[in-house]
Amino acid sequence: MKITLNFSALSQTRWYQYLSRFLIGGATTVLAGLIGKKFGPTIGGLFLAFPAIFPAGATLIESHEKEKKGRTGDHRTQRGRKAAALDAAGASMGAIGLLSFAVLLWKIVETLPLWLSLPAATLTWFAVSFAVWKAWQSFF
Amino acid sequence: MLTELVIRFVVGGIAVSAFAILGDILKPKSFAGLFGAAPSIALATLVLTISKEGRAYAAIELRSMILGALAFFVYAVLAARCLLSGKWSASAVTASALLIWCGCALGLWFALLR
Repeated sequence: MKITLNFSALSQTRWYQYLSRFLIGGATTVLAGLIGKKFGPTIGGLFLAFPAIFPAGATLIESHEKEKKGRTGDHRTQRGRKAAALDAAGASMGAIGLLSFAVLLWKIVETLPLWLSLPAATLTWFAVSFAVWKAWQSFF
Repeated sequence: MLTELVIRFVVGGIAVSAFAILGDILKPKSFAGLFGAAPSIALATLVLTISKEGRAYAAIELRSMILGALAFFVYAVLAARCLLSGKWSASAVTASALLIWCGCALGLWFALLR
């Protein structure tokens, strides 16, 4: 399946949906820091992989699918949920990339400079996620 | 302290929003979904953490993040299965499954790192 960019999707999202994602992201980042301060880095570190944006994103996808013209009732609802399920399947593959991000950065954060270790780990996240997605594509 | 919290809030909000917008504009949906598990919070906080607490502290956080990512995988697989059944809405599934993430992450921490 070909990867494409659809910029018109940006106009489907309302201003308060952008705002809510910014607020959720900001609040989760603050919360992760506060939990780390209160309970120590071993508990705080768990929250570096908290699914901060995924619930809002999946809900948004479901509502966009339901709002599309030419569909009615149950069909729209089911289509919205199936689209959200595909998003969740993608997130599960992204989580494997997230795991590789954490493992690599854990190993190199104390030895390599940050300007090198952070981009390297981020590239690894994307490369692993993409490879898993491609493999999934060829199987299903 | 307050300044640090404000910086964390703004940087975290921008990082999460940026990955979310990428997820919005990309097709197909399964590929866009990869960005739902982007390391946005880690990227937003690690620079601040390292500058304030040092690299050793960040390494301890990252070791725990491995368990958080495993919990994320369980969470997302479960959410995909429930949504595919078509019985529940996305908001109900993704919000209630956060408890699964918490249980899984804390359970792994208890078993492996405590």
